[in-house]
Amino acid sequence: MKSAVVLLPGLNRDRDMIAALTKISGTPPVTVWQTDTEIPDVDLITIPGGFSFGDYLRCGAIAARMPVMRAVAEKAAKGVMVIGVCNGFQILVEAGLLPGALMRNTSLKFVCRQVKLQITNANTMFTRRYQPGQIIRSPVAHHDGNYFADAETLGRLEGEGQVVFRYAEGTNPNGSINDIAGIINGQGNVLGLMPHPENLIEAAHGGSDGRALFESALGIAA
Amino acid sequence: MIKARITVTLKNGVLDPQGKAIEHALSGMGFDGVGQVRQGKVFDVELAESDKAKAEADLKAMCDKLLANTVIENYSVAIT
Repeated sequence: MKSAVVLLPGLNRDRDMIAALTKISGTPPVTVWQTDTEIPDVDLITIPGGFSFGDYLRCGAIAARMPVMRAVAEKAAKGVMVIGVCNGFQILVEAGLLPGALMRNTSLKFVCRQVKLQITNANTMFTRRYQPGQIIRSPVAHHDGNYFADAETLGRLEGEGQVVFRYAEGTNPNGSINDIAGIINGQGNVLGLMPHPENLIEAAHGGSDGRALFESALGIAA
Repeated sequence: MIKARITVTLKNGVLDPQGKAIEHALSGMGFDGVGQVRQGKVFDVELAESDKAKAEADLKAMCDKLLANTVIENYSVAIT
């Protein structure tokens, strides 16, 4: 099982993602830079969190137009798994690999705290190690996590089970529509989520609720 | 050379928490009768192009591909 981490200027959770993937898979991920036009043969590509390009224009907008994202799109089309966390999620929607948009939190505040997430679809390559409806804990840290999609897109996401993570009742930190915290694409191999599962994978983090996400993804192609 | 101004605004029905905060601040400052405030973006773009029609087509493509997120935003192009 091989994985890759996409590096872009301004990301700051890349080392957390590298550490999590190394600890869980036993193998350090390869890293790919923004200007790389090819990604090595891997089973999972991750785009970490941070503030790529200083969040200029819109969060993730500039990063989504970098050469490496064309390579990510090509891999995704071939069925390679892609996970975008936080800024990584914003980059995936800006790149058109996931539908919708991530807007400024309704509170207008940067939120950095732990929330509860409900697993609303446990039948995906990213969530199969969780129970349907299970409530897990996860840190969030973002200013623009307010997920929005038009009514038609939202209906499709809800109808096709593409909403994978939802903020449990009363913990929505950003005003996202239908309490959406994470979605997958129609093909089921691209996941974007605002919470940071890579920051809750071992006892030293205060819990390991995020670990099963990576175990699900890393296990399926093993 | 052609100069253009591109205006990007949020679509109707898309919540604009920043516009709301500005609206409340204006009311709080004593500006009476302030209705809805919506925040947008302006881009002044210079193009090394003399054909206006070609410039307009290019500017629209720039909006579709980068300057606006058409999921949530509308744009207008004005060649000045």
